[in-house]
Amino acid sequence: MDYFLDEEQQMIVDLAQQIAVEKILPVRAELDEKEEFPTEVIKAMAQADMFGLFVPEEYGGLGKGSFELCLAIEELSKKCLGISTSYAANALGTFPILLFGTKEQKETYLPDIAAGKRLVAFGLTEANAGSDAAGVQTTAVKDGDGYILNGTKQWITNGGEAEIYTIIAMTDRSRGPRGASAFIVEKGADGFTFGKKEKKMGIRASTTCELVFNDCRVTKESLISKEGMGFIVAMKTLDQARVGVGAQGVGVAQGAFEEALEFSRNRVQFGKSIINFQAIQHMLSDMAIQIEAARSLVYSVARFVDSGAKDITRPSAIAKTFATDIGMKVTTDAVQIMGGSGYMREYPVEKMMRDAKILQIYEGTNQIQRNVIGQSLIRPSVKGK
Amino acid sequence: MNITVCIKQVPDTSEVRINPETNTLIRDGVPSIINPYDLHALEAALSIKDATGANVSVLTMGPPQADSALKEAVAMGADDAYLLTDRAFAGSDTWATANTLATAIRKIGFDLILCGKQAIDGDTAQVGPGIAEFLSIPHIAYVSKIDTITEECVRVHRLMDDGYDVVESSTPLLMTIVKELNSPRLPSLKGKIRAKKAEIKKISNSDIEIKENDTGLPGSPTQVKNIFAPESKKDRKTIEGPPPDQVSQLVDILRSLKCI
Repeated sequence: MDYFLDEEQQMIVDLAQQIAVEKILPVRAELDEKEEFPTEVIKAMAQADMFGLFVPEEYGGLGKGSFELCLAIEELSKKCLGISTSYAANALGTFPILLFGTKEQKETYLPDIAAGKRLVAFGLTEANAGSDAAGVQTTAVKDGDGYILNGTKQWITNGGEAEIYTIIAMTDRSRGPRGASAFIVEKGADGFTFGKKEKKMGIRASTTCELVFNDCRVTKESLISKEGMGFIVAMKTLDQARVGVGAQGVGVAQGAFEEALEFSRNRVQFGKSIINFQAIQHMLSDMAIQIEAARSLVYSVARFVDSGAKDITRPSAIAKTFATDIGMKVTTDAVQIMGGSGYMREYPVEKMMRDAKILQIYEGTNQIQRNVIGQSLIRPSVKGK
Repeated sequence: MNITVCIKQVPDTSEVRINPETNTLIRDGVPSIINPYDLHALEAALSIKDATGANVSVLTMGPPQADSALKEAVAMGADDAYLLTDRAFAGSDTWATANTLATAIRKIGFDLILCGKQAIDGDTAQVGPGIAEFLSIPHIAYVSKIDTITEECVRVHRLMDDGYDVVESSTPLLMTIVKELNSPRLPSLKGKIRAKKAEIKKISNSDIEIKENDTGLPGSPTQVKNIFAPESKKDRKTIEGPPPDQVSQLVDILRSLKCI
């Protein structure tokens, strides 16, 4: 399929592919095995300007949009979802500043983010605030000229590796979700430490860690937008990022599909390559159909997001849900086609299957996405398209 | 500091086939790449640029389509790109190529010239040192580490079969680079966008005024009499199995041949 990319979009795809093949492919198995953060790959990506992709040109970026970010994420995800998660989580952490930050906040942080000098993480989830994001218990209490943060964030991607953290905390618990606010906290701030590093089933080249705030003082300039806007900042951020998770689903599915295809051309049973058996052909055909459908959907939604459309919640949820369900299905089928070989760590598809599972869980489980889509269908004013 | 990096566009030998009749490379349909050793030379220049703000020029001699190699170098961070192209240069051997490049480099100006240790198509390793000779400047081949580099002098490691030499030289000079020195960077997105618009400065014979007998086929003393593949010795035996078995098999063979 030709998606009529322009010259610069094709450059982005080519470069991301070069990074994936030259820098990621040789190390992905080892990083997965050792549960190691891909410091060298991140450096190479920074030098290649990948972190500046979606940052406006006035702050040193390339001023591209959601679509270009999806193209890059898809290519990286073909080879390693762990690394693409570290990359995508950086964008997730940056969106609050990009969408709601003041000029000063943008000038302070975006140039370093664009250059890949400082990684970003987004801190919303807590032990009792997962799918029910309004259950945030971390507090930010006004104190003189600033705020004092207390609480613990859980399962934060890039935690410990990132230098900049965008954190959702309650400034007024009595107001429920309307009492949440968003803050920028820098690594090294007094009272800000890192807790347990999680051991995960997949995406093990990404790091996931607790953030602990113990009387951590931040200035009033750290507040993003206004007090009480935290929940809106978080929701708009997730709306913006969600299609990128869809692109991860497309990428990992494509990666697994290519492995299964290559394998089934070469694996001989009953005297012929297994691709000659209709059972295998139909599985591969279904994979091809599903991947192309998911890709078309993700690209369309990303372009819709870039059009400046106001309400992107439902399309983003649709793209995320469909493409990540496909990611899980296709990687599972790739293991099935490759049989015993697919199950062995000698081949990459078992890792892809382990990795793909998170896509149905993080940045809003696919059940929550269906709630979001369902809620949007209840109101009579919604026409259902 | 002005650094000139000489690069060569070569066929990707990992994909190349040999015409069995002429014993020459079949270049049709084979992707062209920057000679891998030249990428290490370019990386060395770009690292010096990162540290000192030096200006990096890339230069290649070849047909007009070699400008894609130069654009790739610009995408990696080179400032200026020169394409030395003219029908008069066609058929140059290493002597004529070094002479022609040296004449062009004299025109461009330089403090430091970097080349890859050799090209993967011809594997001669002669052009780099040849340029230095034509320019009457010192050269250090097989540089594997740069200790210090200033406007006046360099101190580097030269890779040898049995270790390395530590060599100092005044500038200007030419160095040829081995892959142990560094790991070449990827192009950047901004670099790629810049490369798309970058001007490749073309240098033809009329710009450098090299004598007819110093370049191209007439300027090339090399005469190829015959190209042939070495005869393959079919009488070969591979010893297989676990190492202890291999050793005893090898000892038996050597005994039967009365070697031991």
